[in-house]
Amino acid sequence: MKERLERDGKVIFSDIELGSGLKKSLKIGRLEVLDTVRDSNLKGRGGAGFPTGVKWNLAATSSDSKKYIVANADEGEPGTFKDRVLLTEYPALLFEGMIIAAYAIGAERGFLYLRGEYRSFLPNLEIVLEDLRKRNMLGDNIFGNGDFNFDIEIRLGFGAYVCGEETALIESLEGNRGEPRNRPPFPVYTGYNGHPTVVNNAETLSNIAHIILKGSDWFKSIGTEKSAGSKIISVSGDCKKPGVYEVPFGTTIKKILKLVDALDVKAVVVGGASGICIGKNEFNRKLGFEDLSTGGSIIVFNEKRSLLDVVENFLEFFKEESCGQCTPCREGVPVLIDGINILRRGECDSSYLKNLLSLSETMQLASKCGLGQSAPNVFISVIDKFKKEYQLSSKKREGRVFNG
Amino acid sequence: MEKYCAVKKQTVKDSQDCDLCDESRSKLLPILSQIQDKKGYISDKDMQEVADKLGIHPVEVYSVVTFYSFLNSKKEGKHTIRVSNCISSIMKGSRKIVKDFEKELQIKLGQTTKDKRVTLKETSCVGMCDMAPAIMVDGELIGRVTAKKVKEIVKELKR
Repeated sequence: MKERLERDGKVIFSDIELGSGLKKSLKIGRLEVLDTVRDSNLKGRGGAGFPTGVKWNLAATSSDSKKYIVANADEGEPGTFKDRVLLTEYPALLFEGMIIAAYAIGAERGFLYLRGEYRSFLPNLEIVLEDLRKRNMLGDNIFGNGDFNFDIEIRLGFGAYVCGEETALIESLEGNRGEPRNRPPFPVYTGYNGHPTVVNNAETLSNIAHIILKGSDWFKSIGTEKSAGSKIISVSGDCKKPGVYEVPFGTTIKKILKLVDALDVKAVVVGGASGICIGKNEFNRKLGFEDLSTGGSIIVFNEKRSLLDVVENFLEFFKEESCGQCTPCREGVPVLIDGINILRRGECDSSYLKNLLSLSETMQLASKCGLGQSAPNVFISVIDKFKKEYQLSSKKREGRVFNG
Repeated sequence: MEKYCAVKKQTVKDSQDCDLCDESRSKLLPILSQIQDKKGYISDKDMQEVADKLGIHPVEVYSVVTFYSFLNSKKEGKHTIRVSNCISSIMKGSRKIVKDFEKELQIKLGQTTKDKRVTLKETSCVGMCDMAPAIMVDGELIGRVTAKKVKEIVKELKR
């Protein structure tokens, strides 16, 4: 596997000395670390964008004697491969982020939940952990700090996309089926084995050492007002330079398309199968939590691609990956797939399409977790914005409302 | 929170006490992973034994094994080829790659060769979209797969 070696970025891909973030954390103390992370406005990089500092503070204030920190490296969103680069090229930076998090919230154990697809990275990651133990960045009395003991265990996933959802991930760690739990209670109160657990995206944690070392003001100077810092994006599809890039928040889609040398673009899907599909007239939109939020996936489609095929592929993905626990997701997705086929045959009239959109809305509202809630997103955006991709039938469909 | 500890054979106050020992429920997936690495699949008997060890019902073990797509409850080929069916891979010709594998192995998607050497499957995005079409052979990721590479891979696995 060949990786592009020269990487360029303002935060994660910028230079840093191993251990310097941790050293400074221990010097300034827990409260200062918590304050710095909160003031930096760092938000979760998985896509949902929950403020990391708030999460840490909630866990830190708990009086429970056992707390956990979990790095979520279960990226499964189609078109996302940023964690692959972080895990193979910057693993120590990610682990250092976990150690600082553990210090701040008072955790003694941490897990890296590594997706099964990346199990070939496991031997190298274990070597990195062993090296950190030798440097006394893991283990007992970290850097001579008598009351700080912490170690990290790597746990493998086994090919379940839904385990990227934090409560499903915790279920999986506990040895159960990866079925999401009801939230609340949130994992920061009741997580792994009932104890406060902070689950952070691998990329989120990779920001930490930089933030501590360089300060929250430096971090806020990058990006936009509501989205501080940078985003690691993974671009694929119809472009000449697919790959992983670090860009500041606020970067337009147009600029990204130029970066990857994409020509003749019809549409871009931002955020993978659970994201949205945008057309040419929206390429001035910006990456960020206030506009286009993504876990990293950006897929480019040129003029020759049928967007109905794309939507069908995504829905087939959700059909396969739905845990089957709640009805809107389990039953809704197959109906939408059926709907795509009816649309493609030109047999769908406007009232049936309305039914499909109303079903989509139900799924967004009533599904238990993010998977079902976002499963109809790309379907809705394609139906709304790309009316040239399909033709509605003028003949009214008779009979059953759903199931063609 | 009280919980039964299968090691101490008694109810313990905090489930945490059990957390570090090898017989706690949270070790279920690592245990299953070890069995699968050794044998290629997890048999009914294995599930019973694991259940006994952890003090849970075998049905619970079965429910976990069948939930995860990388865990097998039935014997499969010695090697597994998983072709990514993610849209990025499809755009770069992964459907053709599936056909090439089917031709080389003389089986259909989802089947195992007669000599029980290779199973051919599809899988969701493997995180190699920049090097599409991508496949996973056992634990290894392989990108930019071509018809020529397919032949080489099959030759290697059949050896």
